[in-house]
Amino acid sequence: MSATNVSGPAAGTTPPSDETGTSQPIKAIRLRHPWRVVFAVVLVAIFAFFVIDAAFRPAYDWVTVGKYLFDRRISMAALVTLELTVFSMVIAIILGVILAVMRLSPNPVVKSVAWFYLWIFRGTPVYVQLTIWGLISLIYTSIDIGLPFMTPWISFSTNAALNTFTLAIIGLALNEAAYMAEIVRAGLLSVDKGQEEAAVALGMSWSQTMTRVILPQSMRVIIPPTGNEVISMLKTTSLVTAVPFSLELYTRSRDISAETFNPIPLLIVASIWYLFFTSILMVGQYFLEKRFSRGVGDRQTDKNDPTAPTTGAITGIVPVIGAGQPTVVVPPAQGTPGTTGDGGAR
Amino acid sequence: MSATTGGGAASVDVPMVLAERVTKSFGSHEVLKGITLEVKRGEVMCLVGPSGSGKSTFLRCINHLEVLSAGRLSVDGELIGYREANGKLYEMAPKEAAKQRRDIGMVFQRFNLFPHMTALQNVMEAPLRVKGLPKAKVESTARDLLARVGLADRADYYPAHLSGGQQQRVAIARALAMEPKLMLFDEPTSALDPELVGEVLDVMKGLASEGMTMIVVTHEMGFAREVADSLVFMDAGVVVESGLPSEVLANPRHARTQAFLSKVL
Repeated sequence: MSATNVSGPAAGTTPPSDETGTSQPIKAIRLRHPWRVVFAVVLVAIFAFFVIDAAFRPAYDWVTVGKYLFDRRISMAALVTLELTVFSMVIAIILGVILAVMRLSPNPVVKSVAWFYLWIFRGTPVYVQLTIWGLISLIYTSIDIGLPFMTPWISFSTNAALNTFTLAIIGLALNEAAYMAEIVRAGLLSVDKGQEEAAVALGMSWSQTMTRVILPQSMRVIIPPTGNEVISMLKTTSLVTAVPFSLELYTRSRDISAETFNPIPLLIVASIWYLFFTSILMVGQYFLEKRFSRGVGDRQTDKNDPTAPTTGAITGIVPVIGAGQPTVVVPPAQGTPGTTGDGGAR
Repeated sequence: MSATTGGGAASVDVPMVLAERVTKSFGSHEVLKGITLEVKRGEVMCLVGPSGSGKSTFLRCINHLEVLSAGRLSVDGELIGYREANGKLYEMAPKEAAKQRRDIGMVFQRFNLFPHMTALQNVMEAPLRVKGLPKAKVESTARDLLARVGLADRADYYPAHLSGGQQQRVAIARALAMEPKLMLFDEPTSALDPELVGEVLDVMKGLASEGMTMIVVTHEMGFAREVADSLVFMDAGVVVESGLPSEVLANPRHARTQAFLSKVL
């Protein structure tokens, strides 16, 4: 704040500077915000009331919640939910990248095919799509490998080849791919055209330009919404009962409560598991974002800087989905050498 | 590599760049209207002219970032972007075009460093991935190049933590890492603060004195006068005037050149 230093003496009203020219720190009575306090107290009171009430309300039946939380059937179902999420998301991301590149292709046929895919899979509800996948064996009774209009070399019955778990994954993945395609496309378009030119001018091939230059930079734009999609997918797995596939978390807890005639505690059990997974995913996303913001964030990511905190940076920071640059949130350690970055060059 | 053999004693008389009636249109807009010029081996040519005169487009045609509409352009005796056989031209596959570009370094107005890589990684990327050279060798060469542009101590910095002048010097080192026989500079100092221009021009002067063939699109008339062997003034897609920099700058013959120089000198 050297600017106040210069204008200080001239203005005459600010505290006088001492000999060395450093200005006095401001000592003023803090502005009070009484309504903030009132509002906070009211919120805490409402929350406390709700928690205490919930603890003693019989319908929640916390004893049953405790009993089923680590029930083997439930934890196996949680694992299945996780598998559904991971498999369908991996397929969706691969397919999404392919579709995004197709949409950016100069070939109009390729472009239209990708557009048509998006139009179908994004334009119909995932529940309907899953139901149709469940009925696929009615539409295509057998899967034949061979040339069209000739006796197939290999033939399976659809029911034997595709179980409901596979169908659930196919249904979720193909639907999600349409959304991933748009996310990846936005990411690819976000990279400056000059980057591609620089890579091409160095003699890099299309695939090298893509994998070494464009994709790593687009990751910064792709990861936050993809994190959202993963979390959304985790929850969407509860719809695979439409296939019908019944071994995932939601359907399993509904099935158990159908026997016990006590639906609320099992819904709470399922919710706790969903929350547990989404929390882990959020932390994972935070670290991924950090990894791919290399060179654009602040000096936090500089591995050669011994003063930069490499571990413990996450303490006290709640990774927020879609919050953009986490590096901005982290307060820099004292004495960041970044301030001397330009000047000390020569 | 076939390209480097072109630099042998047999081809000393072949000009490094030979442009014959090079024409380029974007839609109905003709940006280059038949550029004919020749750049000799070891020559430093400055291209000057008002913006929109087609200087940058011409430069980009030389390494096939832009495709010619008409005319012929060859570098070191090799036709750019096309193969000639039986009197016919065949469009090159992207792979072949990429191979030609390896020998032509390019420096951009906006640096275009890869922001997710450190200065060192930027310089190492192409020799490592494109030429497939061993990592240890590439790294020592890259460090030498960074030292040559005065940035040995900035090897592990990301571009965002370098000043514009430093970034542009890294960009020059990155282009040099491919050991090009020709360097193209597209307004290398136009995006820089005035006080950072000098450091980049110094690197370019050093390069010129080592005998690098260079084509420089620039507004730095002082640089052109001091370093260039030839100066070409372009306007509205044609070469208006060319010759020794001292002559063109001191006694421009065309009214258009006179008008332009009276504003920039």
